[in-house]
Amino acid sequence: MNLPAKPNDYSAYPDAHGRFGDYGGQYVPETLMPLVHDLDAAYLAAKADPAFQAELDGFLTHYVGRPSPLYFAERLTRHFGGAKIYFKREELNHTGSHKINNCMGQILLAMRMGKTRIIAETGAGQHGVATATVCARFGLPCVVYMGAVDVERQKPNVFRMNLLGAEVRPVTSGSATLKDAMNEALRDWVTNVHDTYYLIGTAAGMHPYPEMVRDFQSVIGRETRDQILAAEGRLPDAVVACVGGGSNAIGIFHPFLNDAGVKLIGVEAAGEGMDTGRHAAAINGGRPGVLHGNMTYLLQDAAGQITEAHSISAGLDYPGIGPEHSWLHDVGRASYLTATDTESLEAFKLCAELEGILPAIESAHALARLGDVARDVGQDGIVVLNLSGRGDKDVATVAAYLGREV
Amino acid sequence: MTKARIDARFAALRAEGRAAFVAYVMAGDPDADTALQILKGLPAAGADIIELGFPFSDPMAEGPPIQRAAQRALARGMTLKGTLDLARAFRDGDQDTPIILMGYTNPLVTWGYDAFARDAAAAGIDGMIVVDLPPEESDPLADALDAAHLSLIRLATPTTDDRRLPVVLRRTSGFVYYVSVAGVTGVKEADARTVAPHVERVRAASQLPVAVGFGIRTPERAAAIARVADAVVVGSALVDEVAGAVDMNEDVTARVLRKVASLAKAVRFARQGLAAV
Repeated sequence: MNLPAKPNDYSAYPDAHGRFGDYGGQYVPETLMPLVHDLDAAYLAAKADPAFQAELDGFLTHYVGRPSPLYFAERLTRHFGGAKIYFKREELNHTGSHKINNCMGQILLAMRMGKTRIIAETGAGQHGVATATVCARFGLPCVVYMGAVDVERQKPNVFRMNLLGAEVRPVTSGSATLKDAMNEALRDWVTNVHDTYYLIGTAAGMHPYPEMVRDFQSVIGRETRDQILAAEGRLPDAVVACVGGGSNAIGIFHPFLNDAGVKLIGVEAAGEGMDTGRHAAAINGGRPGVLHGNMTYLLQDAAGQITEAHSISAGLDYPGIGPEHSWLHDVGRASYLTATDTESLEAFKLCAELEGILPAIESAHALARLGDVARDVGQDGIVVLNLSGRGDKDVATVAAYLGREV
Repeated sequence: MTKARIDARFAALRAEGRAAFVAYVMAGDPDADTALQILKGLPAAGADIIELGFPFSDPMAEGPPIQRAAQRALARGMTLKGTLDLARAFRDGDQDTPIILMGYTNPLVTWGYDAFARDAAAAGIDGMIVVDLPPEESDPLADALDAAHLSLIRLATPTTDDRRLPVVLRRTSGFVYYVSVAGVTGVKEADARTVAPHVERVRAASQLPVAVGFGIRTPERAAAIARVADAVVVGSALVDEVAGAVDMNEDVTARVLRKVASLAKAVRFARQGLAAV
């Protein structure tokens, strides 16, 4: 296969057809196509409207708590003995992860479009909680689809969503995890097209979602850029983030895409190990195909059936990845590594013990490769890691790994 | 053959003054052998056109009946290749009944559109419906199907307004499939009075026959739709017969074909004002 040509401006995508090179697009049933076009037009209008941006900025400042700090992780820096390590502290946002950035943007858009009912899918429950939160704040009814398996392993988040007034519908079809929750949300949307807004939680799905979610999450990278320039007077040598669907990663990568000196490194979930086949690494262990409205790297069998993902982290337990990551991989602008369940849990412990921060197991996948990256960059270098979520939700999982009762 | 087979079938039905009955069967449900027996029995039971579903793991526009049918078929190892094998085995004994494949994009991407179109034509397939491939994304497949003389049958829906309808109809051949309800298959019920003006709208914009499907479960409803459309598609109700027969340990083929016969009879006599059942 010929490698695609490198573009002059990486940030100029998607094109008018919602494509990042070969990836992305709008593979949805006809019933949804008129809505998807409406959404695209409404988003473009909102994006160009300074009043919309000002309203969003106001809520991000006063409700979400932005900007999030850029923190020098001094003890981890010393521990690894390589580059200076900074954390972008997205776990300090309201609701405990980067997910709220996107939810705040999309709910303002939904109201601008006159929609009166919100649906969402969730895996770990972080996006479900963030969606339920903004729905409570603006008084809109909210239905969250969640795989029955995930409902069982993320009970505290289910209760949180209920407290916020959302209805959580367990999904038993298929493998009863995140991909099935997304199927079920799409079925709801196709059935309730008139009043319902589908608030997708990651930078995947049909155009314009990958672009829109990326734009709403790019506040992470824009702040990081300003903050590292203020702290160090220069850009970092590498930026590291975990990748499931990839919204936190694309959010911090995007403002650096045209800075050739900044390495962009995504870390996929290797589950029980890449050689076991039980993983969630779409780029490292999959091939391009079509699912949930977009062409992208997917875990699938030889006949094109989607296979189940496996990861200790419910938030990374998805057989696909956002289309922009697929393209950044193919053109070589970003590189995608992997971390196993075990490596991520060890990184979780290390971060807790040295920095006093419990990271989400999702973010711990990025932490698991941080030492390699920091040593590779070297002592004169600077590395920024997106600490995308906090790990309070994961203490039961970590306890089970350590063989302890809580 | 191919496109010609669909056109010939509709021309013959037009001469008879009746609508077509289109029966949907999921390939490999409950297993490959039984599905082939059902396929072979469909024309005699009154099916004028066959829609042959190829299973996909994540069928986003299907309700529970067809989701479960796909899972049963996949559990028994059915694939797109196995689906073509079934079509070929059917075609050996029937040269006239059009077969339309219906499913999702990813197995086709895996095969490669051009190679697949050639192989499908060789297996006796006449056309394709790909649920998650709207006009915006279907030119590459349409090119491949054109080269193999297969029809691409597009879906028009209640949300397809007059401005968009020409986009849907461009490169559609054989017939147009009007989705009677905004929703997934087999859940909401289709209403002939609501559907009729939409069928007229599609007819006015194209020369093609208009089939109506999604939400047609009973002979009464099938007859009502047959009075306003050129073809009536039943899927979930037939797939439910497979599930019911498996659960009750009954003869699956006999039970499905009984249901097909009652629906086909209702469609056949709908415009004669006869009590059909």
